[in-house]
Amino acid sequence: MRVATVDRVKPRRLPGVDGVWVAIGADSVIFAILFGSFMQARQQDPTVFEASRHTLNMNLGGIDTLILLTSSWSVALAIQALKRGLVDRVPRYLLGGVLTGLMFMVSKSIEYFEKFAAGIRPATNDFYMWYFTLTGIHLLHVVFGTSLLTYLWINSRRGAYSSSNRVVPECVASYWHLVDLLWVVIFPLLYLQKAI
Amino acid sequence: MSVLRERVTRVWLGLMVLTCVTTWGLSKDLFSPAVAVVGIFVIAAVKVRYVMLDFMELRDAPKRVRVAFEAWPFGVAAMILGFWFATGPIL
Repeated sequence: MRVATVDRVKPRRLPGVDGVWVAIGADSVIFAILFGSFMQARQQDPTVFEASRHTLNMNLGGIDTLILLTSSWSVALAIQALKRGLVDRVPRYLLGGVLTGLMFMVSKSIEYFEKFAAGIRPATNDFYMWYFTLTGIHLLHVVFGTSLLTYLWINSRRGAYSSSNRVVPECVASYWHLVDLLWVVIFPLLYLQKAI
Repeated sequence: MSVLRERVTRVWLGLMVLTCVTTWGLSKDLFSPAVAVVGIFVIAAVKVRYVMLDFMELRDAPKRVRVAFEAWPFGVAAMILGFWFATGPIL
C-alpha cells in the first residue's frame, strides 16, 4: 500500500530581494578583511594598541551595542507585524528603529568629541587610525540605515506596506541588521581586546 | 501579536544579557587575558549568529545561503583569535 504524504515544510526564502543579500555578503567580506588588517597592525605594535585601547570609553561602547540590538529588535518586530497584517503597529516599531539609530549617532558624536578634546586624531598612532576608520565607516552605515528607516517610517504611516507588499521593508531591515551585527564585532575588537 | 511572546523578543533579551556579560564582566581583570578574549569573541560570534538567524530571518533561508552566512561570525572570530594568540606580550 502506498501512502501519500503532504509536504508541509515551510518554503525556504530570503527576505527582500537576492541583490540585497549579495550586497550584505560583499560588505561582510570587506569588513572581515578590515578586521584581519586591524589584527595584523596590532601584531606589529601591541603595546601602543593596548595603551590606546584604554583611552576608549568602554561604557559608551557597551551602551552603543545595547542601543543597536534594541534597534534591530524593533525593526524585526515591524517586519513580524507586517507579515501578520498588523500594519497599524508597523510605524511605531519603525520609529523605534529610527530613534535608536539617532541615539547611536549622538553617542558616537559624544565619543568623537571626547577624543578630539583630548587631542586625539586619526594620525596620532595606528590604533587611532583604525579606530576612526572602522567606527567611521560603520557610522556612515548607521546614517544611511537610519535615513532608509525614516523613509520606511514615513511611508508606513501612509499605509504603503502590507503583508503582500513588504519587499522594500524587508530589504531595509536586512541591511539594518547587518549594521547591528558589524558593531557586535567592532566593539570587542577595539574596546575589549586585552593584550597578553 | 504579543511582543513578549515573540521569539525575536527572547533573542533580544538574550543578546542584551550577553552584551552585559562581556562588557561589564569578562572585560574586567577577574579572568586571565586568554580566557577573557576567547570568551568575548566566542560570545560575539554567537550573538552575530542569532542576529542572522532570528532578526535577519536566515533560519528560513535556503540551506547554502544560511551555511555561508553562519560561517562568517565563526570564521571572523577564529581569525581574530588566531592573530591574538600569535601576537607577543606587551612590553
